[in-house]
Amino acid sequence: MLRVIDVSKSFGGLQALKGVSFEVEEGRIHALIGPNGAGKTTMFNIINGFLKPTSGRVEFLGRRISGLPPHRIALMGIARTFQIVRTFPEMSVIENVLAGMGKEIYRSWGVFFKTPWNQENVKKALELLRLCGLEDLKDFAASTLPIGLQRKLEIARALATSPKLLLLDEPASGLNDQETAELAELFRKIRDFGVTILFIEHDMRFTMGVADFVTVLDYGEKIAEGKPKEVSRNPRVIEAYLGTGSEISA
Amino acid sequence: MTLDYLYTLITFSNIFIILSLSLNVLIGYAGQVSLGHAAFFGIGAYTSAVLAVKFGLGYGTTLLLSVLIGGFFGFLLGLPSLRVRHDFLVLATIGLNFVVVALFKYIDFFGGPYGIIGLPAAKFFGKELGTGGYALYTAFWVVIVILLMIYIEKIYLRYGFEAIRENEDAAESIGVSVPLFKIYAFTISGALAGLAGNLWAYQMGMVFPDDFSFPVSITILTMVVLGGVGTISGPILGAVLLTFLPELLRFIQDYRLLLYGIIIVIVMMYQPSGLLGRQGILRKAFKR
Repeated sequence: MLRVIDVSKSFGGLQALKGVSFEVEEGRIHALIGPNGAGKTTMFNIINGFLKPTSGRVEFLGRRISGLPPHRIALMGIARTFQIVRTFPEMSVIENVLAGMGKEIYRSWGVFFKTPWNQENVKKALELLRLCGLEDLKDFAASTLPIGLQRKLEIARALATSPKLLLLDEPASGLNDQETAELAELFRKIRDFGVTILFIEHDMRFTMGVADFVTVLDYGEKIAEGKPKEVSRNPRVIEAYLGTGSEISA
Repeated sequence: MTLDYLYTLITFSNIFIILSLSLNVLIGYAGQVSLGHAAFFGIGAYTSAVLAVKFGLGYGTTLLLSVLIGGFFGFLLGLPSLRVRHDFLVLATIGLNFVVVALFKYIDFFGGPYGIIGLPAAKFFGKELGTGGYALYTAFWVVIVILLMIYIEKIYLRYGFEAIRENEDAAESIGVSVPLFKIYAFTISGALAGLAGNLWAYQMGMVFPDDFSFPVSITILTMVVLGGVGTISGPILGAVLLTFLPELLRFIQDYRLLLYGIIIVIVMMYQPSGLLGRQGILRKAFKR
């Protein structure tokens, strides 16, 4: 579904990504992990078009997407959330979701004639809010929600764009144990809707529990990939996370 | 206070309602701060003045072209806004205001510092409107613009505007083209300011460069900020208050800009969303 092919990215003298290639297969819950500064968010920003790769390319459903502006990539079916939540704080919860439903309309003259408040949209928005456990809060301003719920709202808004691939940047950060368990449940539901997930995460227990496939980055390079169990036993991965000769046990 | 004088004040108030609502599209809806809004006002007014005085065109034509050309210049200013953000955009819009006024002043075609005088009175079906009629006519446009704002608040356009105001990255991630929506905001805002310019030119019968100088931009901004950025009722209230108050309290006239500066500071400190904004004291009073 998504192919990242030999992607490199440098910021001035800093090389954030060095020839990374990997593939996300349709229907998977795919994790992208690695220590801080490994280049994970940079990779996300390249996939969804905020950054252009210095070299290499990204293909989605067989078409090259690197170089397209992010709103075009959103239109093709890639949605995302952000490491630092970026809901629309002054809009109500349901308006955030409704705003997400206009990707076809935002590029047409329809912006001048169509309202997001039609029955069909509202019904779909309420379904998404129910899925994410936000239905009762639909009329609250997004900014009044605690961070855990804002993360869910971001997911609901991303799903509102009817994506084929959903990129989630550290969805479990700032969540308590119960919320994290609910998030894993939500991941599976989303997958069952036919949406492929690629996510970045630091919480290893969560990642290993929910992911079908894991790609590991370290210092901008791919150092391992495979099923969660294979990856967690990989010596290079252990080394990357704990450092050489470390005596700390995981 | 004679009746004519009152009508004239109502006309001014109407024109500034349109100006502050048009600036509100830019600042309140789309989050693009402009400190040079009087430039578009002036472009609209000069368009009408030039076309009426130099080319003898009728009122309907000058009105239409003031709106179109105002919108076109809004579009043009929208282009650099794609490259410069926030504080730099503010500076760019101030610069634009000075450039436009300078062009009016130094290009003979625009009449130089003495402006263009001798606009004929606007005629409707061959009849001239008196001061009262013209006040009513401008009120008609206020109603149209308010209806337009109510309409905009309901359609996808506003959701795109809010998205780019709140967060440009998040906006792009849901399919909103940030450049396109900035262009929309500047164009609509410019066109409505152009309308206000036309109404002004025919009210005064003449146009002067200084009527569109930087202090006028600050006046419009103060109206929006005082009333409530991002609302419809706020800019209307701001425009009415700041048109009538200085007339009632004549001694303030000379210190207008000082007053506006103080108002902006006080509003920012104690009523950051404006009198009729989300947390405004007047909004709360009405709710009770």
